[in-house]
Amino acid sequence: MTNAESAMSQEYKDALESLLFQLADDDFMYAYRGSEWLGLAPHIEADIAFSSISQDTMGHAAMYYQLLEDLGAGKADHLAHFRPSEDRKNSILLERVNGEGYYMETPHYDWAYAVVRSVFYTYAKKVKLDSLRESAYLPLADVALKVRMELYYHKMHWDIWFKQLLNSTDVAKKKMNDAIQLVLADFGDVFSFGSHKQAIEKNGLIASEEELKDKWSKLIAPLFQSVQMTTPIIPEPSDKNGRNGKHTSDLEKGLATLSEVNKVDSAAVW
Amino acid sequence: MTYMSVETEEAKLDKFMERIESGDKIEADDWMPDEYRMTLIKLISMHGMSEIMGALPEKEWVPRAPSLYRKLGIMAKVQDEMGHGQLLLRVTEDLLIPYNKNRGDLMQDLFTGDLKFHNVFHMETKTWADAGIIGWLVDGAAIITQTDMLKASYGPYSRALQRICAEEVFHAQHGESIILALAEGTENQKAMVQEALNRWWEPLLMFFGPASKETTGSSKQDLTIKYKIRTKTNEEFRQIFFDKYIPRILSLGLTIPDPTLHYDKESNMWSYQQPDWNEFKKIIKNQGPRSEARLNLRRHSYEYNSWVRDALSATIS
Repeated sequence: MTNAESAMSQEYKDALESLLFQLADDDFMYAYRGSEWLGLAPHIEADIAFSSISQDTMGHAAMYYQLLEDLGAGKADHLAHFRPSEDRKNSILLERVNGEGYYMETPHYDWAYAVVRSVFYTYAKKVKLDSLRESAYLPLADVALKVRMELYYHKMHWDIWFKQLLNSTDVAKKKMNDAIQLVLADFGDVFSFGSHKQAIEKNGLIASEEELKDKWSKLIAPLFQSVQMTTPIIPEPSDKNGRNGKHTSDLEKGLATLSEVNKVDSAAVW
Repeated sequence: MTYMSVETEEAKLDKFMERIESGDKIEADDWMPDEYRMTLIKLISMHGMSEIMGALPEKEWVPRAPSLYRKLGIMAKVQDEMGHGQLLLRVTEDLLIPYNKNRGDLMQDLFTGDLKFHNVFHMETKTWADAGIIGWLVDGAAIITQTDMLKASYGPYSRALQRICAEEVFHAQHGESIILALAEGTENQKAMVQEALNRWWEPLLMFFGPASKETTGSSKQDLTIKYKIRTKTNEEFRQIFFDKYIPRILSLGLTIPDPTLHYDKESNMWSYQQPDWNEFKKIIKNQGPRSEARLNLRRHSYEYNSWVRDALSATIS
């Protein structure tokens, strides 16, 4: 299969677009949730590092949306801001709120949840990127290479937080364990390709769901061992599989915020 | 012995002032008079905390930024501001060593109102144009005061400012780019910028502080000039701001909300309507429109996450 749009079969193009939306929407929502933490992290150094990671991740989302624009799926900005929730392909895990409350007021954000979600997601992103370097779609392989360079530092950062908090006070251990349960409950669709599974895998766009899951478990095992814990088993996707456009109300509310200004006049240049 | 000791202090002070006069840099471990140390602590802790509190009004617009490009720009900008806060608090922490105080104490001082943050960050933000005005004019105003201190007598502050000012220039460009897009945009967007400028004009004038201490009862400008931390007065800064930005604001077709504003050729200064300095006094006492809400947000998140700091110190011990 060549990269030229004209040479793509409809099935290939649909599969490629679906995968790109999954990658783009995951990073877009993760970066958004991270940006809500701005100014609120437990200490200033953590704030700077987290906002740097969120900024990098928004850049990754922008690169994936640009690949979709290049494929004729629409303008990157439109794809990021205006697709309704039922068209979104992100995992449920990434749309979940950071905790109770709205970011504009006085929210109760859970740092343990932020750390655990980031660890689980960053490892998942790493195994996907490792595979995407070999993607049959070369523009995606090129982007994966760039993203992977930044992810190296994200992973290192979240590893430290994970180990420090799980090797510390009872309060911290309890909060981290609670967060692990919360994250696991939503982790089932992270490696799902949704209804395009067969076409995505058959066309060599990325490794199979099963292979990625296996790699994730192996990659994250030493981290769990370092805190004397067993590597968790990845659950099956629940009925709410984000890859098929099934989402929670958290996404709806988040999208309203993300597009609030642009919606004032979406034809205008901002 | 007492006499000898007093004389030694005087000799130290003379030597210190000689160093300052000759343009020498004072370093964290050098002897310095208490007045100098206290002036630096007040100035740099307020600067640092203003960077951190200043992240909050802009943060309100980070998720809502209207395009991927703008989202990336404002995320980078607010992250820089937090970074400046961190640099400046580190500089302050070194100065606080003789008083046995640390960053936690500074945070408590912020919460009790003993440590102030800049008046502009007590204001409400209402539209996306506010994000533009903050970047363009608030950071523009900050560049004017901060570049004046690039050669400050205190070495660590002067070096932190080298980096901060370099980044602030990008921030002003980021803000200007937002404002240009709006000013060249639809009628709705143009009205948005004008309305934001109307609200921000007075806070911007206040940003430089009153011309003399008679206005508000106190001012640090004389001390900071005496110790060669800065060179210009509040009014000189404000006039530089007018020189630089009035033509730019007018060239965008915007109206400055002061019908009395004009350039006085006799005095070679801009004549302008004084902002309400009583309002300024209220703001710096944390009685501004969003003072309590922002302090509360910072205080709440700090306390709500205290378990994390406890956990980190437990790991270290």
